[in-house]
Amino acid sequence: MAYSDKVIDHYNNPRNVGTLDKSKNEVGTGLVGAPECGDVMRLQIEVDPETHVIKDARFKTFGCGSAIASSSLATEWLKGKTVDQALEIDNMDIVEELALPPVKIHCSVLAEDAIRAAINDYRVKNGLDPIEDNNRIH
Amino acid sequence: MLKLPVYLDSNATTPMDPRVLETMIPFFTENFGNAASRNHAYGWKAEEAVDYAREQIATLIGCTDKEIIFTSGATESNNLAIKGVAEMYASKGNHIITVTTEHKAVLDTCKHLEKSGIEVTYLSVGSDGLINLEDLAKAITPRTILVSVMIANNETGVVQPIKEIAKLTHQHGALFHTDATQAVGKIPVLVDEMGIDLMSFTAHKMYGPKGIGALYVRRKNPRVKVTAQMDGGGHERGMRSGTLNVPGIVGFGKACEIARNEMDSEAARLSALRDQLQTELLKLEESYVNGSIEHRLPHVTNMSFKYVEGEGLIMGVKDLAVSSGSACTSASLEPSYVLKNLGLSDDLAHSSLRFGLSRFTTQEDIDFAIQCVTKAVNQLRDMSPLWEMHKEGIDLSTIQWEHH
Repeated sequence: MAYSDKVIDHYNNPRNVGTLDKSKNEVGTGLVGAPECGDVMRLQIEVDPETHVIKDARFKTFGCGSAIASSSLATEWLKGKTVDQALEIDNMDIVEELALPPVKIHCSVLAEDAIRAAINDYRVKNGLDPIEDNNRIH
Repeated sequence: MLKLPVYLDSNATTPMDPRVLETMIPFFTENFGNAASRNHAYGWKAEEAVDYAREQIATLIGCTDKEIIFTSGATESNNLAIKGVAEMYASKGNHIITVTTEHKAVLDTCKHLEKSGIEVTYLSVGSDGLINLEDLAKAITPRTILVSVMIANNETGVVQPIKEIAKLTHQHGALFHTDATQAVGKIPVLVDEMGIDLMSFTAHKMYGPKGIGALYVRRKNPRVKVTAQMDGGGHERGMRSGTLNVPGIVGFGKACEIARNEMDSEAARLSALRDQLQTELLKLEESYVNGSIEHRLPHVTNMSFKYVEGEGLIMGVKDLAVSSGSACTSASLEPSYVLKNLGLSDDLAHSSLRFGLSRFTTQEDIDFAIQCVTKAVNQLRDMSPLWEMHKEGIDLSTIQWEHH
């Protein structure tokens, strides 16, 4: 399969690979996917408790080039956004930016799920209710 | 000079040997005759060339030239052998035995026959990829007409105990067919010594052209017949109609002659290179060889790298032309059925690479492959949350994964 130049760039030079201290209250961790499905994404955010701005974002992904690129791109987009702004990232934005083919759309969905999971982990840790989402179909 | 990507997918196909091409060329242009034309020199020349090639092929596998039936390739040979025996011997029985790790050309042919009342037993294999002879003995019934077991597997290179399988088959009065596509020209295959009644093989896996294959059909002890699956001019002793592919046959013959002369030295050279590749890659943690190491083709190894995803791995080794056990084209992943039948978990089957060396593989190619795979595996593991968890001693099977 032919990958887009942007996917190849993220694959060859992944941004923000790494691990944040998940025991810290400011850190939210989202782990989505399953090994037998061929994709596991872990996305972490570190939030400024005063401003709710995401100071740092890190990922580690087990998956194909599109999955790696989707999570790498997500970390780039997350940094500098507030938590509420981050919730507005839509998987179709990722599809468009990376020119993902239809068979790889699930990679972008996974990245969006990982963002939400990380934000919810952060919210729960800090005494807030998780964001409910009933409209999503996988 | 290294030519990128480095080709290590010789189980899929091999480049044609220039010596083969050279012998073929005149049969496209000046000697273009139809081997079945009996009335002029063009036809005689073509027929003569076909006869010579038939002899070259027969010599390689130790049979007579009359026992070679030309086809378009091993897929057609497998179809002709299995369907042809099922039809020809219908009065004797309706049971066929094969193995779950066979090529689709055998499995799907058997599945097709099941629809018309043929019973098929699919034997399973052990983690080494080998069948158990006791399982075979138990599966044979008085209604069994054919046992079909490949010599060497296309994904793992594992070589079955053909002589013993054929012996057991004959003790029960059934015929033995083998798909020898990966084996002929690479390891010694002699039909009499091994007890083979029907054998499929093809030119393009042994440095010959694509589009030409053969079915060996035994003529003595016992005399075997197959019902033609294509009607027409009654070529190839009535078993396979159609104008002969003369240039292809000439190339096939030459490829067999070269293989016979060079097989031993080539196998020794390639197994040394293969072993070097395998030894170096086994230095990576959590890397495994799939299938028997002892009973295997000399130029093949199939390895898995745990905690690395297959498609990502293929992307990381883009400078190598290799195959992966992962057929991941969509959200629904289908790992190799061959590796799954060896008992590999989905994740190990996905993260497998098949290396097939060829006559043209060099030391430089192997050095490059070692470096390329090592780098890709290490990079992907640095990026893999599963690898991190493994390193922290977390048992991944205890995690509640969110399935999509």
